[in-house]
Amino acid sequence: MDFYRAHVLICGGTGCTSSNSQKVKAELEAQINKNNLEKEVKVVTTGCFGLCAEGPIMVVYPEGVMYTMVRVEDVEEIVNEHLIKGRPVKRLMAGDKEADDTTKSLENVDFFKRQVRIALRNCGVINPENIDEYIAYDGYKALAKALTEMTPDQVIEEVKKSGLRGRGGAGFPTGLKWELTKKSKSNKKYVVCNADEGDPGAFMDRSILEGDPHSIIEAMTIAGYAIGADQGYIYVRAEYPIAVKRLRIAIKQAQEYGLLGRNIFGTDFSFDLELRLGAGAFVCGEETALITSIEGHRGEPKPKPPFPAVSGLWSKPTLINNVETYANIPVILNKGADWFSKIGTEKSKGTKVFAVGGKINNTGLVEIPIGTTLREVIFDIGGGIPNGKKFKAAQTGGPSGGCIPASHIDTPIDYETLRELGSMMGSGGLIIMDEDTCMVDIAKFFLEFTVDESCGKCPPCRIGTKRMLEILDKITSGKGEIEDIDKLEMLAKNIISSALCGLGQSAPQPVLSTLRYFRDEYVAHVRDKKCPAGVCKSMLSYVIHADLCRSCGICARNCPVGAISGEKKQPYVIDQEKCIKCGACMEKCPFKAIFKNA
Amino acid sequence: MKSLAELEEIRKKTLDEIKMRKNKEGIRVVVGMATCGIAAGARPVMNRFVEEIGKRNLSDVSVTMTGCIGVCKLEPIVEVIDADGTKVTYVKMTPEKASRVVTEHIVNGRVCQDLTIGAAEQAGK
Repeated sequence: MDFYRAHVLICGGTGCTSSNSQKVKAELEAQINKNNLEKEVKVVTTGCFGLCAEGPIMVVYPEGVMYTMVRVEDVEEIVNEHLIKGRPVKRLMAGDKEADDTTKSLENVDFFKRQVRIALRNCGVINPENIDEYIAYDGYKALAKALTEMTPDQVIEEVKKSGLRGRGGAGFPTGLKWELTKKSKSNKKYVVCNADEGDPGAFMDRSILEGDPHSIIEAMTIAGYAIGADQGYIYVRAEYPIAVKRLRIAIKQAQEYGLLGRNIFGTDFSFDLELRLGAGAFVCGEETALITSIEGHRGEPKPKPPFPAVSGLWSKPTLINNVETYANIPVILNKGADWFSKIGTEKSKGTKVFAVGGKINNTGLVEIPIGTTLREVIFDIGGGIPNGKKFKAAQTGGPSGGCIPASHIDTPIDYETLRELGSMMGSGGLIIMDEDTCMVDIAKFFLEFTVDESCGKCPPCRIGTKRMLEILDKITSGKGEIEDIDKLEMLAKNIISSALCGLGQSAPQPVLSTLRYFRDEYVAHVRDKKCPAGVCKSMLSYVIHADLCRSCGICARNCPVGAISGEKKQPYVIDQEKCIKCGACMEKCPFKAIFKNA
Repeated sequence: MKSLAELEEIRKKTLDEIKMRKNKEGIRVVVGMATCGIAAGARPVMNRFVEEIGKRNLSDVSVTMTGCIGVCKLEPIVEVIDADGTKVTYVKMTPEKASRVVTEHIVNGRVCQDLTIGAAEQAGK
């Protein structure tokens, strides 16, 4: 055994990689070599810890000290102080800001304390490119158990009993889906993993693939055994290069170990996996479009029924589940359905991973028991709203979801309550908005996204969403009429009832939900030609307060379009015709003499 | 992979290697590595601990460092803390003494009385 006195884990997820974690790692290795510590200290690349806002993240064991925002320049100090002298560098430690000088280890940071990590269990713990480390944490044990001790029906029964529901958004009972696919008679069946994560801001699937790729391989193999399939496909977007690379490595390792391939664990069961790379079209996250894309055609949806469980890939019965759904499967088989179903609410069991973003201090990934309230997520785990601003609403479900206003902040989050509130669980994007957010503008943002991503096959989605966007454009540019709001609502309802696939059927949700809770903001835009949050540019103006202006000229020098003019001892003036409302002058004014009129 | 036994073997072997990331139980060896400790030769002592522990596959033992304990004249100082929290402080350590502590104390549970701070104090009187 190679014994190291310390393991240094560095996050190699996409978030930390883009904030330079690989350079930090290179510097760490250089410093370790320089000090001849390479036999004492092991450096390990791992998956996402979830606290992406604070990246790059580094964790030093055995103490479990977590360093955040580590820069290349900090590495020498960490090596000299912590690794050589055993003195953790306090100024770089997570939670250092709190008045508490005890050593902060991972488990004590507020962000992690309240989480229950099932799908993310191995992310930030193991080296995802080393199958042995996955096995050490009970990896492939569930597959072994399923193949040698359980019948396919028993596996399905266990998944059904666990109460696991699809984590891709709709929340269909997973066990039932497995059962339906098993019951379909055919000489060939397929298992597919939907890793075409497309909601703006959602990245839990990416993090699981990057941090724990073997859990998906294991779960898909179990699913293959349960439904009677010998071939699986992981459909992942090419925009996730790190995930693709780690999946390739993981599949190869599993094949070398005989955990994929013929006669797994000496049984009659054979199963293999292939990757299919998507080009990044949002509609391909819709299961029928995804299947069409795997077949080599343009990614367009098909009407349901028939459901994939009956006729899917190459018209054969196909089981298609989302990444996060699969990630739960090995744990359910290892710990049992009874254990799993104790977590969560009556109708929604287990945990859900949320990608928390927007106006919140701890941007990142959190996994919480279903039924946790929004308040706990935002204030206890998320660290609250930056700059002392007020919480206004949370957006869940991305372009298919809706808003939850501040008045419902104590609602437990589960599939049913979110639907009652006019939103949806979705894949787990959770965008936090503060008082400076214009709800009409947010609705427009999501609609712009769906207009771009509509595949164009059915008219309600192709033409209808475009018309809705035009009306929103009219409203936000101050030209709206009061009938426009009713028109918007009517169009939205018609699109929902007539679009072909989930994309179109849910595209109007952001508009409907903001209309439901923030109708007064729409009315203010239309009737008063005012944007209450001061976001919509056509409705606001910047003015210089004549009494406060000291004629220093800083504003005029900073104006990118030369819209400000003035003379010494005379207050400066903004030419409203030229002004592009960028706000640069207000930011620079040393006397705070410039105001935004909403 | 043809059997569960093979899987279990890999699991156990790797778990030993990465155990320090998982549990905080087991014996902790804490080496004083402040300036005084390093000057008195704490590094070779710590290296010996790491070497001996690796050689014997003692997966539930961790080696960490700490700063100056305050009795600089007795450096290098090493504390061995058992799973139940009992602490033994060894002083004026050398690599040879480190090997002894591993065999006698860590493996066989017999404290090396003659190397402890108590023994040093007795001798000083």
